[in-house]
Amino acid sequence: MPFKRYVEIGRVALVNYGKDHGKLVVIVDVVDQNRALVDARAMVRSQMNFKRLSLTDIKTDIKRVPKKRTLIEAMEKADVKNKWENSSWGRKLFVQKRRASLNDFDRFKIMLAKIKRAGLVRQELAKLKKENAA
Amino acid sequence: MVTLRFHQYQVVGRALPSEAEEHPKICRMKLWATNEVRAKSKFWYFLRKLKKVKKSNGQVLAINEIFEKNPTKIKNYGIWLRYQSRTGYHNMYKEYRDTTLNGAVEQMYNEMASRHRVRFPCIQIIKTATIPAKLCKRESTKQFHDSKIKFPSVFKKVRPPTRKLKTTYKASRPNLFM
Repeated sequence: MPFKRYVEIGRVALVNYGKDHGKLVVIVDVVDQNRALVDARAMVRSQMNFKRLSLTDIKTDIKRVPKKRTLIEAMEKADVKNKWENSSWGRKLFVQKRRASLNDFDRFKIMLAKIKRAGLVRQELAKLKKENAA
Repeated sequence: MVTLRFHQYQVVGRALPSEAEEHPKICRMKLWATNEVRAKSKFWYFLRKLKKVKKSNGQVLAINEIFEKNPTKIKNYGIWLRYQSRTGYHNMYKEYRDTTLNGAVEQMYNEMASRHRVRFPCIQIIKTATIPAKLCKRESTKQFHDSKIKFPSVFKKVRPPTRKLKTTYKASRPNLFM
C-alpha cells in the first residue's frame, strides 16, 4: 500500500501530544529526520518532533519557511479550518470534546433523547415485523 | 520547545591588578555550561591553559548569557571539537541541523556520548559556526537541503495524549500504519 500522506512543506498536521495538543499546525520546514519546524496562526514558530504530529490530508501551498503573514494567507486560501471541520476526523474530534465537556444535566438530557430515539426505532421495527408476518 | 540543558555564556575576566601589572589584559571567552557557576569554573580551566592565572589571583569581570538571535530559523551548525578518548586526544568536526546553537551543542554532546562514549568533561569546543548550505560537508545534513523535501512518515507510534491516560492494557490492537 503506497503512502498517501507525506511529510512535506505545507502539510497540515494535528498535534497529538504535549502542550499544544489538539492544535492544527502547518509543517513549514524540516529540521532533520525527527523534527520539523512547525507554525500556526496562534503560536510562535517552533520545532516539534514528528512523533508529536499526526499528518492530515490537508495541504497548503507554501514555499520553504514563509513569513507569518504569507502563511496565514495560504492557510486561508487552502481553507484549512473549514476542510478540517467538515472532515470526518475533525468532526469526530469535535464530538469527543463535546462529550467530555458535558455536565450532569446534559447527560440527563442525552439519556432522555436516547430513550426516545430507541423507542421510535422499536416502533418502526414492530411495524415492519407486522407487515412481514402478515 | 524542550528546555535545553546547555546555555552559552560569555565570561570576561582578568588577573588581579598588582604592582607588576597595573592593568592586566582582559580575556573574554564564550563557552557552554549548564549554569553560570559552572561557566565560571570552565572559564578558569581554559584560562589557566592560556595564561599564568588562576581563580585565586584573578577576577571575573562579567558573565552574560548569550541567547539565540533567530530561534525560528533552521541553520546548519558546524562544531569543531577536541576530545579525549581512552587512547589520546583527537580533533573532530561535526555538523548539525538545528534552530539554535544551544540545541546543536546539546545534540553534539549527546552524539559524542553515544557514538564515542565521551562525556562532557572530556570535550572541548574549539569553534562553532553557522555554515551556509553550500559548504556543508556531511551527507546527513546535506540530505535535508531540499526545498521540496518530501518523505512519508512510516511508523506511527500510538501514544495517549497525556501520561495520565496511559493504561497497561488496551481493548484493541493499535493501527501502526500512518
